[in-house]
Amino acid sequence: MGGSATGRYVLRRLAQAVVVLWAAYTVSFLVLDALPGDPVTAMASAGMDSGAVDQEQLDQLRAEYGYDDPMLVRYLDHLGSAATGDLGDSVATGRPVVDTIAQALPPTLQLAGAALALAVLLGGGLALVATYSRRRWLRQVLLSLPGLGVSVPTFWVGLVLVQVLSFQLRLFPAFGNSGPSSLVLPAVTLAIPTGALVAQVLAKSLLTALDEPYVQTARAKGAGRARVHLSHALRNASLPALTVVGLLAGQLLANSVVVETVFSRDGLGRVTAGAVGSQDLPLVQGVVVLGALVFVLVNLAVDLVYPLLDRRIVVAGGRRSLA
Amino acid sequence: MSPTARPRPAVPARAAAVLATAALLLTACGGGAGGGADAAAGGEPQSGGTLTFAVGSDAGCVDPQQVGSNDTIYSVRQLVDSLTDQDPETGEIVPWLAESWEVSEDATSFTFHLRPGVTFSDGTPLTAQVVEDNLDAIPDLGPLAGLARGYLVGYTGTRVVDELTAQVTFGAPNVQFLQATSTHSLGLVSSASAALPPEQRCSEGVAGSGPFTLGEYVQNQSITLERRDGYDWGSSLWDKDGEAHLDRVVFQIVPEAGVRTGSLQSGQVDAIGSVAQADEAALEGAGIQLKARANPGVVFNIGLNNSLPLLQDPQVRQALSLAIDRQEIVDAVFPSGTEPATSPLAHTTPGYRDLSDELATDPDRAAELLDAAGWTPGADGIREKDGTRLALEVVWAPVAATNRPALELVQQQLRAVGVELTLREQPIAQLLPQLQSGEFQAAWGNVTRADADILRSQFSTALTNVYRVPAGELDGVLQEQAATVDEAQREELIGQAQQLLVDNDFLIPVVELQTTLGVAPAVHDLEFDASSRLQLHDTWKS
Repeated sequence: MGGSATGRYVLRRLAQAVVVLWAAYTVSFLVLDALPGDPVTAMASAGMDSGAVDQEQLDQLRAEYGYDDPMLVRYLDHLGSAATGDLGDSVATGRPVVDTIAQALPPTLQLAGAALALAVLLGGGLALVATYSRRRWLRQVLLSLPGLGVSVPTFWVGLVLVQVLSFQLRLFPAFGNSGPSSLVLPAVTLAIPTGALVAQVLAKSLLTALDEPYVQTARAKGAGRARVHLSHALRNASLPALTVVGLLAGQLLANSVVVETVFSRDGLGRVTAGAVGSQDLPLVQGVVVLGALVFVLVNLAVDLVYPLLDRRIVVAGGRRSLA
Repeated sequence: MSPTARPRPAVPARAAAVLATAALLLTACGGGAGGGADAAAGGEPQSGGTLTFAVGSDAGCVDPQQVGSNDTIYSVRQLVDSLTDQDPETGEIVPWLAESWEVSEDATSFTFHLRPGVTFSDGTPLTAQVVEDNLDAIPDLGPLAGLARGYLVGYTGTRVVDELTAQVTFGAPNVQFLQATSTHSLGLVSSASAALPPEQRCSEGVAGSGPFTLGEYVQNQSITLERRDGYDWGSSLWDKDGEAHLDRVVFQIVPEAGVRTGSLQSGQVDAIGSVAQADEAALEGAGIQLKARANPGVVFNIGLNNSLPLLQDPQVRQALSLAIDRQEIVDAVFPSGTEPATSPLAHTTPGYRDLSDELATDPDRAAELLDAAGWTPGADGIREKDGTRLALEVVWAPVAATNRPALELVQQQLRAVGVELTLREQPIAQLLPQLQSGEFQAAWGNVTRADADILRSQFSTALTNVYRVPAGELDGVLQEQAATVDEAQREELIGQAQQLLVDNDFLIPVVELQTTLGVAPAVHDLEFDASSRLQLHDTWKS
């Protein structure tokens, strides 16, 4: 695989990414536009008595914010700005959408990063122990845990953790972004569904790998059980697990809405929930575009990592192929 | 009309609240230190300390003139002083930044004589020019500032008579303006702050003259207030002269009701807003004080579209009102102490008249009236007339947790007399345009305002007239009260307006909105102002 081939591949993938972003922007614009009501009315009516708002004022405000233009005009106008990196201003606060998201991103990245690390550790550990164990009952119990972890509602887990570890035992604060101790409960809550997914995928592919002929070959050559498990099987089994990382990023972002609400943390999830609630269309769109961007970049990164794990995989010509 | 600002339930709020409540009930015996209600009486006031107050939502703005949501009013109210204050007991308007004032005979001109020596937190003094700068800027504030703009409808200008005398004039009689000057919405900011763009005022705050200054605002996280050193121009209603007791107040934004309740019980916060009925027992078990006051203004009601043929029949409207058992709804759904509606206005509104006899429950009489109007029970119990079912749809927004259960009970009560009520939930952003276009049959909501002029905003045919009330005697009365400066005369007119609304059943008053706070035993003198919001100058911790 030559350097220039990889360079062309990356460029091509980036061009595809632009198309994905455009599609995400357009679809979200159309969907949000189809909603009845508009953000200006939402602002004027949220948290106040409508007796004081008259139609004339609303019309004037709507004109000020450009919501009385025809849809196509608004779409082209907004798309033009978006192409230059200007996603408009939040209707609720008047601040630029890009600034709002940039401010909300670090705490969410912190949370998602901690959760991802925990998820890989716990999920991966669980999968390894479960597949390594020779006790059938232990294996069964361990392998049923991921299913449970995926199906338990995240907000419920969060509330139970708060109830026991904060209100009862008073080990961690129940709310806020201050200090590492406030990160523990939200990260654990967020890690549970993600870790469960990692465990499910990894356990399944480990079990498959352990039946492969090369594992028997390794055993026949006298490799120890642990060595076969960790070195031979895990290396190959981690490829499918890596494939779902893009999915995990989406899951972490989606669950951060719930986790940040339950634990009163600032971040992208809270911004999203607030923006949807107040029909703050520019901000909602900003979040959608960011989500698409993250998804595209993570998948690109994953594709570039594959060859490092398995030298048979080559990226070139815009698709993966077995050499 | 729309429901009053309440913290919006977060995404999983309802289910979460149920679970959290169950958890709290299970653990109530183990939680909370001692300290009874008697601790609240507690000794000599002490200065110093930090009060942490958990509220459910963040309006995204810390400018008092632009904020309309209760959760945020609690904090930003402390940043500004108002020209006047309103006594929560009597409704009387009393001096604050204005030492005295005159209102012209026709209620179009208001002259305020300002207190000397008042400074804003940016160091500039309070002058008549500042009053002008503030009022002139309000019409240009963004969509958030609807409350303040509403108070200034018809504003023609402010004249600086001298350094400390400002004359505010209106194009039409506007007697409510005097009470409006006591609200947070018309709290004064420095001229420099008034000149800033609305967005900047929202995100960075303003320089007020209040007993606290803005320390830090972290969106979706917290609003921190610091005591203003040298403050010496408090309202005439306050107990303590000079500076506030508390060093610092932190308003922590905690969206989940269950987490707020648990944080108060476990001592992580000192006070919380909007306590639900289901949490009361657990909180009281932990020695928490529950403080409650009815919000003044228009009570929770079913606002009727009086232009519909069905609802043009006064017998039908009266039957709807008679079918509703208000006490049953209060007992089943609302926090302890909530009063059933006894007028279109809550009993804490100045000028309120008790019309409880007219709003009594009498399902038998309701059935008679419907019989007389030609509506006879059909096969499934719902009445019919000429093949039409006696059916009504009520639109409502999920802005208060009590809305759905209250309406479900109303639904049952109406069904018992043969009226079919369907509930249609709408996001608040969609409800308002629907009301204004008149495409609704009935709407559920309330309006908080400590002046009876709210009846004119809501029901005068000269204004928006959302409820399509027919022109008539009521208009004259509402118009006249707006131009009546004499308090006794005005009260009589306000009483007449309430009577006319109830006699004609143009709306069906159901229940008052009560604000209930949970306050730790160590917190004292945390009291409501006339609008059932907070004043923290006198509050102290032991």
